[in-house]
Amino acid sequence: MHPALERRRHLLDFAVRSLARRPTKNLGLVVVYALVVFLLASVMLFGAAIRREASTMLAQGPEITAQAMVMGRHDLARTADVEALRGLRGVRRVEPRLWGYLWDSAGAANYTLMVPPASDPARRVAKGKAVVGEGVARARKLAVGKMLFLVSPSGRFLRTTVTEILPASTALVSSDLVLLEESDFRAFFELPAGVWTDVALVVANPAEVKTVAEKASLRLPGFRFVTRADMARTAEALFSWREGLALALLAGALLAFVILAFDKASGLSAEEKREIGILKAIGWETSDVIALKLWEGGLVSGFAFLIGVVAAWGHVFLFSAGLFEPVLKGWSTLYPRLALEPSIDALELATLGVLTVVPYIAAILVPVWRTASTDPDAVMR
Amino acid sequence: MTDRPLPRSLAGPRGSTLAAATLAALLVVGAAMVAATGTDRHAAADGAAARDLVAALALSDVALFTEGRYTRNPSLADLHSAFQDGPGSLEHFPSGSLVLAPRDLPGGRLEAREE
Repeated sequence: MHPALERRRHLLDFAVRSLARRPTKNLGLVVVYALVVFLLASVMLFGAAIRREASTMLAQGPEITAQAMVMGRHDLARTADVEALRGLRGVRRVEPRLWGYLWDSAGAANYTLMVPPASDPARRVAKGKAVVGEGVARARKLAVGKMLFLVSPSGRFLRTTVTEILPASTALVSSDLVLLEESDFRAFFELPAGVWTDVALVVANPAEVKTVAEKASLRLPGFRFVTRADMARTAEALFSWREGLALALLAGALLAFVILAFDKASGLSAEEKREIGILKAIGWETSDVIALKLWEGGLVSGFAFLIGVVAAWGHVFLFSAGLFEPVLKGWSTLYPRLALEPSIDALELATLGVLTVVPYIAAILVPVWRTASTDPDAVMR
Repeated sequence: MTDRPLPRSLAGPRGSTLAAATLAALLVVGAAMVAATGTDRHAAADGAAARDLVAALALSDVALFTEGRYTRNPSLADLHSAFQDGPGSLEHFPSGSLVLAPRDLPGGRLEAREE
């Protein structure tokens, strides 16, 4: 082997043996270090994965959603409003929508009841039937062919037969959905004909969405127009905010670790100082001693970082971030079973590496350099 | 008689060998996990199913936080939803505390100004 490489290998051998002389201290440091990296990496991987999943799925959402407003509160759209939007230039299709929320005491959960659009015959639900999301099926222990009973806030009773359970792969967007036929929906919520929850607009040219929304707001000034870009921004902000909040809370843990690492590395024990003194006395150069301590620090921080990141990957993508579920669920009882698509953001991991490895290495360098530069006789005494 | 050092073969593996073996083991475990969670044709089909559903039903938000209407559909929530119990009511849903209120709501605006 090349002499320079062999020299580095010998330094590495010595560093490993030196670490092995204090196994409890060094193993404990690796475990704590890896735990901090695990928590931070889990938050980053989970946040990035769910943001990506949500934005990919919702990219197919409606270009514009029009909602009637009164006193800053949602109002129902009327048929006349729908007709006014139909006449807009640039709008390819106007889809009035019927959907609403229902608190189901039997499942102790909120459902979103919806009527599939009339323009998609494949999604149409027959009268007396229902298509449910996997979360609803879990909450009410439903299977295809079983009955689903719902009670409205005014006491109206609806009996349906489940004809389909939406695939688990769509759970992120459909977990709480109950799709019904239109007359069942109107009878259940006591809605007359000619009123709708809101209106979805399909715009022919995506570049004209903003213009169409502006023209629509002139035609219907009492309406609110939410574009697909607004929805994407909301989802992005939602998850970025949560991820930022979680990281801010974990910054306390990171700071505590930096203090621990600094305390461990900066105050060399008498034994460590004596070791450095002996090495200098037998002919080691200051640069060799610093290189040795850098190898020691690099081994501890490098392995801890790798262990933390690998464990975080398994936690987020194999175990669906189970540790965060209680925090993310809040009071939701219909939390979807997430199977996030794994991916690595190299920039985020590199940032995490810099935030965790560099402070530790920096904490080692100064005291080692100071001790290694001192007269060996004075150090050993 | 002075003790002679053990031959290298009996002294155990070198530190550098141990470090390299540990690193290799970690990389193998990591690669195995990545392979176990890697994307395949089924995952691509699953993603397409979700996108088709979103397009067909014109869905606007993810169904993660079903506690309240402004946590279930934050992009479509109105100004009243966060204060539905009264103008000065405090946030009472855990998820609602973690939802950043949109600053720009057409038909209404949230503004903070110093007097």
